Amino acid sequence: MAGCNPQTEPAQAGKKIKIPIDPVTRIEGHLKAEVEVAGGRVVDAHVSGGMYRGFEQILIGRDPRDATQITQRICGVCPTAHATASALALDDAFGVELTDNGRIARNLILGANYLQSHILHFYHLAALDYVNGPDTAPFIPRYAKNDVRLPKELNDVAVGQYLEALEIRKICHEMVALLGGKMPHVQGIVVGGSTEIPTREALDAYAVRFQKVRQFIVEKYVPLVYLLAGPYGDLLKTGVGHKNLVSWGVFPLDNKGNTLLKPGVYTDGKDYAVDPAMIKEYVKYSWFEDSTTGLNPTQGKTLPNPNKPGAYSFIKAPRYNGKPHEGGPLARMWATNPELSKTGREKLGVTKLRDIGDACFSILGRHVARAEETALVATALEEWISQAQPGKETFVPTPIPQSAEGLGLTEAPRGALLHYINIKDQKIANYQVTSATIWNANPRDDMGQRGPIEEALIGVPVPDAANPVNVGRLIRSFDP
Amino acid sequence: MNHVFNSIKEVPVKDKQTLPEVQPEKTGISRRNFLKTLTGTAAGIGISQVFNPALIQALEKGLTRHPVIWIQGQGCTGCSVSLLNSVDPSIADILLKVISLQFHPTVGTCEGQLAMEHVYAVAKEYEGRFSFAIEGAIPVAENGKYCILGEMDHREITMVDMVQELAPMAGSVLAVGTCAAYGGIPAAKGNVTGATGVMDFFKTKSITTPVVNIPGCPPHPDWIVGSIVHLLESGIPELDYDGRPKLFFGNNIHDNCPRLDDYDEAFMSMSLSDPNGCRMDVGCKGPDTYADCYKRKWNSGLNWCVDNAVCIGCVERGFPDAMSPFYEPAY
Repeated sequence: MAGCNPQTEPAQAGKKIKIPIDPVTRIEGHLKAEVEVAGGRVVDAHVSGGMYRGFEQILIGRDPRDATQITQRICGVCPTAHATASALALDDAFGVELTDNGRIARNLILGANYLQSHILHFYHLAALDYVNGPDTAPFIPRYAKNDVRLPKELNDVAVGQYLEALEIRKICHEMVALLGGKMPHVQGIVVGGSTEIPTREALDAYAVRFQKVRQFIVEKYVPLVYLLAGPYGDLLKTGVGHKNLVSWGVFPLDNKGNTLLKPGVYTDGKDYAVDPAMIKEYVKYSWFEDSTTGLNPTQGKTLPNPNKPGAYSFIKAPRYNGKPHEGGPLARMWATNPELSKTGREKLGVTKLRDIGDACFSILGRHVARAEETALVATALEEWISQAQPGKETFVPTPIPQSAEGLGLTEAPRGALLHYINIKDQKIANYQVTSATIWNANPRDDMGQRGPIEEALIGVPVPDAANPVNVGRLIRSFDP
Repeated sequence: MNHVFNSIKEVPVKDKQTLPEVQPEKTGISRRNFLKTLTGTAAGIGISQVFNPALIQALEKGLTRHPVIWIQGQGCTGCSVSLLNSVDPSIADILLKVISLQFHPTVGTCEGQLAMEHVYAVAKEYEGRFSFAIEGAIPVAENGKYCILGEMDHREITMVDMVQELAPMAGSVLAVGTCAAYGGIPAAKGNVTGATGVMDFFKTKSITTPVVNIPGCPPHPDWIVGSIVHLLESGIPELDYDGRPKLFFGNNIHDNCPRLDDYDEAFMSMSLSDPNGCRMDVGCKGPDTYADCYKRKWNSGLNWCVDNAVCIGCVERGFPDAMSPFYEPAY
């Protein structure tokens, strides 16, 4: 670790040292973290998004329907979530109401990718912070002292599950493709519903695969997450963050706004109903023009300025009611407060998610929330498989309005997702995306408040500056 | 399979052990399976070999594998995720038996300075012999600041920097996905970042390393794996006018579409959810698109865009602008 000379300046010496981690790997995208460590703990943190593509500018002037295809390419891990948000914004703008079968088909597509995304995240992105892979590329090099604490037998089990999970996540994508056409980047989600009317054969093929995936979730994924709490129990006590949460809700159960995972905002210990008008996006520390700061996404402008002095990220800083809020499985599960899985109830001796209490707001707590959510979505998928009606219409064709606005609120596996569209002369006049990682990985806002990951890094132990493993563990607990 | 590796100069790696000509069925992929992948006849959904404990043993021994450095510019990781969907060989076999993935931002264990030092060290150690996989476009505006890959010894390394520094050292370059091949969505109308595909970027920098374009948004896993295998078996595959392997991109989708008879009889789909008929009236860009999706199908051969909705021409240089609007007929 050139640059910080950690070996010659031990973190415990009381002196502050800066540790840059760039790139933060095993995430989707380009992220840098720079932490300041004193007394063996993080005392300050800056998190930077290092890439800008300009989707919002590229969308201007296009046929509004193309947005569901183009915006999927924001994220190859969760394209179905962008397709869903975009389709919801267009449904709103076009004034179309889905058929029941269209809604259910969308849930089956999005739900299968939820399972895929969470399994991929835990095993293939996050687990290598807790498990030693085989001593070969791509599992080496790794930190010389990586604080892996699993006994050999459990480590072997976890490596076996890593490999098995590669197969399981592929099966999840097969489920997506059966109704979505292909994956990554589905054809099947469009304004007005879903393009492929499910056949009995397709639903059966989906169900067979689903059973295999669910078995893996229940018997392997969820238990392994709880098993980590043994050797890594201290990680249930660190990485708290602002303790503010935002969820827009996801998986509509009807056309009246009821969802499987509930919408809800949790600020300073209190629950609130969601109101997207409370969002403002700040850019003082982001590489965007200062004139665009403090806007609601429906008024949003995206004007990059990569040379702006003082800025350190391509991510804007969205704030809900003026405060940073964390999105993701923890936020959704906190808002929903469902009964835990059988494994969860047995391991923790409590019934509901909120019974876990403060331990939720931690590195491992976020993994527990994600695993529990995976089990919950799997249970719901079984219900939707039985509700889907072979041969029944999934799509309602609707003409492009001359001018209209639409808002699409849903949840990507990694957090709250908003798409806003403004249509003029049947073309896109403005399009704004406030994505999950924008909620979590953002920099300071104009008021100087840290972003959620930045704040959650504060206090995280870094006893050995040459091997800052807990920084990566914390960041990846958010699945950025 | 010694000859496989011998065909591309000398292939290298630390361990002296090499892959046998044919591996025992229970432990892994045979040459036959490689060829199945190439010809698109792989049907193998079902029990994967990854559960086999012999595989874990094999990797601990460490076989000779082809070194690959994989980097991501302006992309979405969708190409990498698509690669994970490879059926035969499975991704576990690819990672553990075919290639030695020395760096990958999404699946590699290392991070930070350690990762950046490793990338440059591997490129030097295997100079002229490693494959350099580039996913995502290269933004050349503003000195490359629109895509920062990392930092080494306080030097910020942009996508422009890394491609410029490592590509000349590589034995071959794989431009994985439409963004890397032609610029793709980041280079679409309205972009301010100067997003550029690999070959166009190479021209401006006089980089002469051979490039295989593997477009697609994302590319089919077989196209990526098949191109790598071809490279190892017999060198750079035969490429078309746009730098793509003819093997996968040689035929027109519409001309080979299972629905071509419907077109000939003017039996057209009436709406996006109409299961029957030719899709041209609802926007299908199959006539402008060259790829073998019509026979290969996607996700273990279960479905493809035209049966589900429409082809949007994602493998073509003009994607997305030349294919928009996606849901209006091209004629």
